[in-house]
Amino acid sequence: MTISGQSSIDKRELLAALHRFLPDDVILHAREDLRPYECDGLSAYRQTPMIAVLPHTIEQVQQIMRVCQERGVPVVARGAGTGLSGGALPLGNGLLLSLARFMSILDIDPVNRTMRVQPGVRNLAISEAAAPHGLYYAPDPSSQIACTIGGNVAENAGGVHCLKYGLTVHNILKLKMVTMDGELLTFGADAPDAPGFDLLALATGSEGMLGVIVEVTVKLIPKPETARVVLAAFDDVEHAGAAVGAVIAAGIVPAGLEMMDNPAIRAAEAFVHSGYPVDAAAILLCELDGTAESVADDIDQVSAIMAHCGASATRVSRDETERAKFWAGRKMAFPAMGRISPDYYCTDGTIPRKHLPRVLRRIQELGRKHELAVANVFHAGDGNLHPMILYDASRPGELERVEKLGGEILRLCVEVGGTITGEHGVGVEKINQMCDQFSSAELTQFHAIKAAFDPKGLLNPGKAVPLLKRCAEYGGLHVHAGELPFPELERF
Amino acid sequence: MPHDASTDVRARVIDAIERQVPLAIVGGGTKHFLGREVQGEPLALGDHRGVVDYHPEELVLTARAGTPLSELDTLLAEQGQMFAFEPPHFGAAATLGGTIAANLSGPRRAYAGAARDFVLGTRIVNGRGEILRFGGEVMKNVAGYDLSRLVTGAMGTLGVILDISLKVLPRPRETLTLVQSLAPRAAIENLCRWAAAPLPISASCIEDEHLYVRLSGTSSALAEARVTIGGEVLEDADTFWLEVREQRRPFFAGETPLWRISLPPAAPLDLPGEQVIEWGGALHWLKSDAPAATIRAAAAEHGGHAMLFRSPARPDSPWHPLPEPLMQLHKRIKAAMDPHDIFNRGRMYAEF
Repeated sequence: MTISGQSSIDKRELLAALHRFLPDDVILHAREDLRPYECDGLSAYRQTPMIAVLPHTIEQVQQIMRVCQERGVPVVARGAGTGLSGGALPLGNGLLLSLARFMSILDIDPVNRTMRVQPGVRNLAISEAAAPHGLYYAPDPSSQIACTIGGNVAENAGGVHCLKYGLTVHNILKLKMVTMDGELLTFGADAPDAPGFDLLALATGSEGMLGVIVEVTVKLIPKPETARVVLAAFDDVEHAGAAVGAVIAAGIVPAGLEMMDNPAIRAAEAFVHSGYPVDAAAILLCELDGTAESVADDIDQVSAIMAHCGASATRVSRDETERAKFWAGRKMAFPAMGRISPDYYCTDGTIPRKHLPRVLRRIQELGRKHELAVANVFHAGDGNLHPMILYDASRPGELERVEKLGGEILRLCVEVGGTITGEHGVGVEKINQMCDQFSSAELTQFHAIKAAFDPKGLLNPGKAVPLLKRCAEYGGLHVHAGELPFPELERF
Repeated sequence: MPHDASTDVRARVIDAIERQVPLAIVGGGTKHFLGREVQGEPLALGDHRGVVDYHPEELVLTARAGTPLSELDTLLAEQGQMFAFEPPHFGAAATLGGTIAANLSGPRRAYAGAARDFVLGTRIVNGRGEILRFGGEVMKNVAGYDLSRLVTGAMGTLGVILDISLKVLPRPRETLTLVQSLAPRAAIENLCRWAAAPLPISASCIEDEHLYVRLSGTSSALAEARVTIGGEVLEDADTFWLEVREQRRPFFAGETPLWRISLPPAAPLDLPGEQVIEWGGALHWLKSDAPAATIRAAAAEHGGHAMLFRSPARPDSPWHPLPEPLMQLHKRIKAAMDPHDIFNRGRMYAEF
């Protein structure tokens, strides 16, 4: 999937072609105008695009894609730019397609409990618009005040309530997508399912590799009557890990089940004063929701389980204010790190929960090896780990050590049967670790799927799925259970 | 007996590629009636069976495609868990692989999710004779394209599913079914209103001017909801929902073509024939001799689609036709997964 004619792109000719159908305010090409687009939430990687466009209409998106397809110009789509894996990192020889002007809520249907929105609508704005009907949109990534639904779909975003309410893929009904040849396609339906292959699922989490999302229909669900949080402190991380398993084994599906380790507790507490016990080795935050009476039943049961599993202290939120206070420390864990360390790097692996104590121990060992501190916040209920490596980018060589440690942590996640990314996406950040998780045949299959949508490989090239050649250079090509990849399939 | 036949299955696929012979994938044969007739050498998966991994506290079960669904239902029940999508079996021999290949879900679907919502990972043989693993045994995983969900519901046209990892859930602590006499339109209006409130509804069915609502949850939640929903408690409710799930209610008997119409829940559907309505109004079973074009136009008008689910004569186009650009994309995806066109050729659409 090489990009043909990379060097032969004629910027002036391309600009002229775009100007033929786009108003001036849609096209940015002066260096100072392009600066805001040079990175997304993964700011360690920066690249100024050749041209940025901010179209107003789907027809304009279609025309832009046709112009780029004809000329072999690569296209990178961008929402709010909050992504943490560099999925919206531009290309110096490419076009950056911002969906920032697609900000309208098109239709709210409270009876069928759906909302049709443009991709640039913010995640939280959807729930706010649904609130008068007693409804909300369930996935709630931490960046929900800023991130947009188009990016959420492209990354299959999660949040703290995934275990009970699912990821983006479980909470959308229909997508409109423009492919590289300018075709407007609809995946899914207003009905619960659609005929043919599940292209809605395939497009979700595809990181802008298959098409540009131009409209999303989301499902809305009723707000629970009550939600309360149990905050439990543990002197031992393993006991906290066991308590997570025990809650689930008791037949309870919490709305959220989060863990923080001691460095994360200390940083968060110093920042927002949630009342976390700063001497605890780990805390668990377990949210239960439903009717007032069923929540009361669950709270009793969960409190008993925590105590039985060795919690040194347990508190239950008495009201909404206290519930918000308990969550504040967790939700502000990332900015809290920014206060105690000049820089931090957050990664995103998922593991089978039973391996949690072992993985946390090993992460600390790896941190010591690289002389870097690591704080952990963890969507414990669904096994999604967010180790935060603390560092100082101004010290020479430190970022390189951070990347090495980050890579080793992700490799560890794969070793215990997990994955290199639970919700942040591969982007450019974890492209090498894809070689740890997938065999050459699997990667080749991904490339074939990509080619079914984008035969010239112009959409977001270099992201999400590594070329086999890259894996060979990285030296991490995965070998399944000692089987060698078939020699006839080697492409490098 | 548990048995891993992956190597044999792969060898069969490689052999079929070499000889350029199409294969017809068979599990328990209980979904044979679904879709179009397939020409090809049978590739039986019944021998590839058994649970690969199951830790109840992880809420994940991994099993081989040929494992009987009934065996898994029993195993999960022993641990107080279940497949929350409540899959229909349509016969004692039903396998997990067939269930996932057909993406079949039962009464709980509207309230818990479809089969595809619970698929976490798969191992497949693709049309190059390679064994590939996608997804995994964890709840959150966005590495690579979601090919596990792509093969779910693809009726075996994209590859041979070997193993499947599924999210499982605890069984509800209490269950109660209420029945009341109500016209279908009024019943759907009630269901839509209730679905917008935090009520523990886990199934609904409108049959013969009666509305059946199943509640699942804690006893306190059920006691509250019962007041809101109203109606009488149905005795032997488990049998009722089993008969709905397995299409053993008297409605489903007879030779009249049975249509499965998927709609936005509140959408009206005025067509000649009898109906049973599930999923809060979103799934209409229609017994009708009306022309396919009439039925499909009525479904499409409201953003839905219609599939001819059962009929005395094998239908040539059971699934709702796809718009041409989407059909072209389906053909390219088929070619990307199965370049030699050997798997279940024409099972969904004549074109691939």
